Amino acid sequence: MAKLPIVTERLIEEFGPHLNTIPPGGFAPVGEPDRVVETHCCFCGQQCGIKLKVKENKVVGFEPWEEFPFNQGKLCPKGVKRYMQDEHPDRLKAPLLRAEGRGFVPTSWDDALDRTARAIKSIQEKHGKAAFAMLGGASLTNEKAYLVGKFARVALGTENIDYNGRLCMVSAAAASKKVLGIDRAANPWSDIPKAEVILVAGANIAECAPITTDYLWRARENGAKIIVLDPRMTPIARTADLYIPVRSGGDIGIFNGMLHVMIERGWIDRKFIAEHTTGWDALEKVLERYTPEHAGKIAGVPPRLIVQAAELWGPARSSFLLHARGIEHHSKGVDNCMAAINLVVATGRIGREGSGYAMITGQGNGQGGREQGQKADQLPGARDIENPEHRKHIASVWGVPEAVLPRKGLSAVEIFEAIHAGKIKGLLSICFNPMVSLPDQDFVREALEKLEFYATIEFFMSETARHADVVLAGSLLEEDEGTTTNVEGRVILHRKVVDPPEGARADWKIICDLASRLGYVNKFKYDSPRDIFEELRRASAGGISDYAGITWDRIEREHGVFWPCPSEDHPGTPRLYEGGRFGHADGKAHFQPVEWRPATEEPDEEYPLVLTTGRVVAHYLSGSQTRRIGGLVKQVPEPFCEMHPRLAEKLGVSEGELVTVESRRGTVTVKAMIVRTIRPDTVFVPYHWPDERAINRCTIKALDPVSKIPEYKICAVRVRRATAEEAAAR
Amino acid sequence: MSERALFIDYARCIGCQACVQACEECDTHRGQPMIHLETIRRRDSVQTAPQVCMHCEDPICAQVCPADAIKKGPDGVVHSALTHRCIGCSNCVLACPFGVPKYFAAIDQMMKCDLCYDRTSIGKKPMCATVCPSQALTFMTPEELERTRRGTAVNEWVFGEERVRTKVSVVVPHEVKEVHVNLVQLGKRREKAEPDDVAALLEEG
Ligand code: SF4
Ligand code: SF4
Ligand code: SF4
Repeated sequence: MAKLPIVTERLIEEFGPHLNTIPPGGFAPVGEPDRVVETHCCFCGQQCGIKLKVKENKVVGFEPWEEFPFNQGKLCPKGVKRYMQDEHPDRLKAPLLRAEGRGFVPTSWDDALDRTARAIKSIQEKHGKAAFAMLGGASLTNEKAYLVGKFARVALGTENIDYNGRLCMVSAAAASKKVLGIDRAANPWSDIPKAEVILVAGANIAECAPITTDYLWRARENGAKIIVLDPRMTPIARTADLYIPVRSGGDIGIFNGMLHVMIERGWIDRKFIAEHTTGWDALEKVLERYTPEHAGKIAGVPPRLIVQAAELWGPARSSFLLHARGIEHHSKGVDNCMAAINLVVATGRIGREGSGYAMITGQGNGQGGREQGQKADQLPGARDIENPEHRKHIASVWGVPEAVLPRKGLSAVEIFEAIHAGKIKGLLSICFNPMVSLPDQDFVREALEKLEFYATIEFFMSETARHADVVLAGSLLEEDEGTTTNVEGRVILHRKVVDPPEGARADWKIICDLASRLGYVNKFKYDSPRDIFEELRRASAGGISDYAGITWDRIEREHGVFWPCPSEDHPGTPRLYEGGRFGHADGKAHFQPVEWRPATEEPDEEYPLVLTTGRVVAHYLSGSQTRRIGGLVKQVPEPFCEMHPRLAEKLGVSEGELVTVESRRGTVTVKAMIVRTIRPDTVFVPYHWPDERAINRCTIKALDPVSKIPEYKICAVRVRRATAEEAAAR
Repeated sequence: MSERALFIDYARCIGCQACVQACEECDTHRGQPMIHLETIRRRDSVQTAPQVCMHCEDPICAQVCPADAIKKGPDGVVHSALTHRCIGCSNCVLACPFGVPKYFAAIDQMMKCDLCYDRTSIGKKPMCATVCPSQALTFMTPEELERTRRGTAVNEWVFGEERVRTKVSVVVPHEVKEVHVNLVQLGKRREKAEPDDVAALLEEG
């Protein structure tokens, strides 16, 4: 493994991204399809229900699935166009081997799997088990995520297994666990419209979780007040009752400041605090310093706004807090989330109808993806990999001695650091595209180039797969079956819609085939994903995310079942913490005092601006899927740099002109988009594009010490008009 | 209970274009979206507005059509041009006060939103209103709307001297009884600070 086998242009020529704009059979009316299959969107954590129309084993269109309770037929543009990824010209239809100077050549499955198994064995013999790492994906079904975790720990015997949810929700997860005891949204979405006040922190709901807007607007029609914190006036901020243009990284100022005001005005629930929580005194002590003036300085906003927020949030009888990556993607992401959750617990407004808390899952199975054990520190059932009891349970389900189970390994970004440092020599990945999604892209590329062996399971040739020795042609979600767990904690079923094309294989079969070549045929004997789910139920039994009582039949009948669901006669748990009983052993919520600290890299004279990154509604994550769908690319064809007119004027930049964003790590040249809806000290660039257009060339690989999430939402940059060469090189 | 109708609630629109992408999936004009999403001065605001055919009670598009190609059905739906009649003259395109009909040179014909006739005629909702994630476009009965929305539905439009009543309504604050569409004054500069200007918000102190 070294550099790309051929130049990028030739790889793109052969493997795309090309655009698919026309469904199989063209746009002529579909007429009566052979089948209409009720399933779910393959993209974000909302996991909307959708019906796919099938003719001659091809997905030819969709129909809204109005009976599915979460989205009732509603879809965002990605969901509408998702069916265009079936029958896509870029679809990988055979296992491929890297051929120096020629690109990739097809081979047989036996050959591809044999080579992969040989490389794994040889690296592990020479350098030890941990020298081979595995990276999974948060878009995998629960069954696949479970299998990936088990494969890494049993067949590979490596501790170095992690997943791309590391870039998404781990801060929220860690904070939830620390304060509330359970890592899951506390309430079903049906509680949102019943709240009197809703605080949306760092969540561009309109673009990243569009289906949730209807819940918010329903709340507003019912009289709810909406508060939005964001450095950009997003579409939901536009009509909010209070919009606070917080400076990226300043959120703790707002949360602590609000709580300071609430204590002064007597808007906290002292009885609830006394009966159901610990740690209040320490928190109250810390909060003393967070006067609106001090807090406003931290947050970069007028103190008045913090007081107003407290006035809306404090005295309400019911409330709902929603947050997402805006406060989580920081080197203090866990602290940000804990400060936010403190606000909820201090009012006692949780665990009842219309009062609650939720983090918004970004990736399709971000929730289930981490519960099933592909996260470096967790075993299935959201169990702690260092806890002897937990280890024993999983070891018994897997039929291995507990001592054989590896301990906690490195997180995703740390795995790349270890590869770069030469400690990890081999890698197997599935549905993870670090060559777009990880910060500091040059570093990631250098790391990939150092690997002795890299194999990946993918259905499109992703930017990262271009670096592989072996590409194993896997399956789309609709070519297989299995469950995912949506943003609410509702376990749902993706039905098989079509067969994978000849030459490609279901992901779970690829993993089992590899396991058997590594000598573990008996431990990976499954007939179907349903079979894997049955084992997953046993593995999760008694764990925090307990799926023991969830069956595929129940999911079909009940439109999904919420975990924990310990037995088949248990109704499932849409709402956690009812009656003020929290997830910790003592049944209490544990307040966490949080002090603000600056970001790893704050702007200075040389790099005077804050760069913040995020999504646009037409694209999903690293864009490996959506950048191949014509309608979506037409909607948002390329990244852009949002900046305020005042900043634009200072820089001498006009609308649509090319600008170069420079950080200490890299540069990127994109078009300027001049809008008054952003803070003048901040620029925003969406991250879905690779190579020269990857804003992750500029971002910093600073990590939160607890969650190990990268600090995507703030680093220091400067922006200037692009030079002629830069413009031409695009 | 009265019949379901289409309503537009601009306060809810998030500009996601799911409506545009989904419109393309309706069988009467598959591959060609008939709804527009207007971005109202993106420089100043994130406000967006979907524009469907408003299905005028007395459609001017039909009135100006020299080939009598545009028909209004008994249910009030103003249909797309009849293919064997439309001569592609674009009179309707120019006449419609809402800018709805589109001329397609490749087929030398006008096409426009027909309220997903293939769907609404058999009791389904139009594509745009079904998928709209924020339900800025919604298909329901007036009673349901009244029960679930803060504003009122208005279908009276005033363009200068001209009054237009439409089958499709917009949701507006209670005090608004009709929508006045004022002519744009060219060359006039806006002086007031922009409401969505984040810099101004930060300075207010
Ligand atoms: S991308 Fe998310 S919001 Fe959009 S349709 Fe798919 S699941 Fe729903
Ligand atoms: S789908 Fe709805 S929210 Fe999205 S742009 Fe269209 S009208 Fe607006
Ligand atoms: S909105 Fe335009 S196209 Fe629709 S009926 Fe009225 S005049 Fe005709």
